[in-house]
Amino acid sequence: LPGAHSAVPGALVMDKVTSYADATSYNNFYEFGTDKSDPAAHAHTLKPRPWTVSIEGECAKPGRYDLDALLKLSAMEERVYRLRCVEGWSMVIPWVGYSLGELLKQAQPTSKAKYVEFTTLADKAQMPGVRSGVLDWPYVEGLRIDEAMHPLALLAFGMYGEVLPNQNGAPLRLVVPWKYGFKSAKSIVKIRFVEKEPVSSWTKAAQQEYGFYSNVNPNVAHPRWSQASERRIGEDGLFAKKRPTLMFNGYEAQVGQLYAGMDLKRNY
Amino acid sequence: MKAALTRALLHPAAKVLLFLLCLGPLAWLVYGAFANQLGANPAEALIRRLGDWTLRGLWLTLAITPLRELTGLAALARFRRMLGVFTFSYATLHLMAYSWLDQGLDFAVIATDIAKRPFILMGFTAWALMLPLAATSFNRAIKALGAKRWQALHKAIYAISVIALMHFIWMRAGKHNFAEPAVYGVILAALLGWRLWKRFSRK
Repeated sequence: LPGAHSAVPGALVMDKVTSYADATSYNNFYEFGTDKSDPAAHAHTLKPRPWTVSIEGECAKPGRYDLDALLKLSAMEERVYRLRCVEGWSMVIPWVGYSLGELLKQAQPTSKAKYVEFTTLADKAQMPGVRSGVLDWPYVEGLRIDEAMHPLALLAFGMYGEVLPNQNGAPLRLVVPWKYGFKSAKSIVKIRFVEKEPVSSWTKAAQQEYGFYSNVNPNVAHPRWSQASERRIGEDGLFAKKRPTLMFNGYEAQVGQLYAGMDLKRNY
Repeated sequence: MKAALTRALLHPAAKVLLFLLCLGPLAWLVYGAFANQLGANPAEALIRRLGDWTLRGLWLTLAITPLRELTGLAALARFRRMLGVFTFSYATLHLMAYSWLDQGLDFAVIATDIAKRPFILMGFTAWALMLPLAATSFNRAIKALGAKRWQALHKAIYAISVIALMHFIWMRAGKHNFAEPAVYGVILAALLGWRLWKRFSRK
């Protein structure tokens, strides 16, 4: 899946890219199991084609989009983003896709569309993890409309120049690089414009631990661990100290103004 | 059959064999670390697997007495101490791996982490309680303490095993993933339940 270098400011970080092997074997995708190795082992049962995404809610043009239509909707760009997991590790991944806003604009959200809710496929036949009760399926995530419309919010169809592997959220997923990884819903089947703040799956599971915003923030600790530092997978050696985590994962210049005047300790 | 088994258990090579078996997991991990076969996050893999083997060692040590009584193979008792000392060694390596690989030997950070994460406190407590047991694991210590007091001290293993299990459950609670802790829990319940049953049925 080819993509031209993105012209969006901040879309191409200079960090060393994580190896393809690491990025496709160390994943959190609970629909396939809770171990990091589970998605790579079990996601082959996912059928990424045919695939449709329904766009619903507060918009003038709701509809169902076939994957081929989505692939043609806008020009594919390559973007190299940092990915920071809430668990304290990070990667650098070259994604292929286009700004989520390109798709959202097509639906013509109304003035009532204050938030966007994303739903991941939850099919027991394709996803063995959905039989377990670790989360309340389907997986739901949400963004404020201005966050979703930010050019850095990416709708990704590929990585490393290839079509997304199943374990990384095929056939299409969200990538919101300034937020903890779990905010970026994988294998999306539904996008819904809503007036009220959506309750995401992790917020439902542990409200005091996973807030709606979940912006990467070294100054706001997770209730059970510090978020001040991170281990870069494949790069920081066994005995190396972990590297400091950057505010908004290093995207403060681009996204800081979205949160001007907000208390980020309260809105974690 | 029993006589043959007893003879095998009493053979001088039996202890050497057990020693090598106990070293096995560590050797495998060291090999994995050098051969880069511990996955994308080798530090995490090392810490977790050392923890797994500490739990397994604890459970094995606790299994000796029930096994001995159920099979009538009294010779099994001679392996208990080595298993216990190895368990403590794995626990120490687990703690060292966490302190070094995860926390960069920054003791201020470790102290905050212990305060922030109850499961770390649990793990640390279990290790600290094992210290006096490991320190009295030689014949002269038994003589110095007197067998009764030594035995009373070593009953701490029951509390340690429960705290260690809580450490594991609490760690997995973050992911709502209790399948593995449940297996360890059932085995521990059997190991400790057997002792309770013995105690109350004797009266």
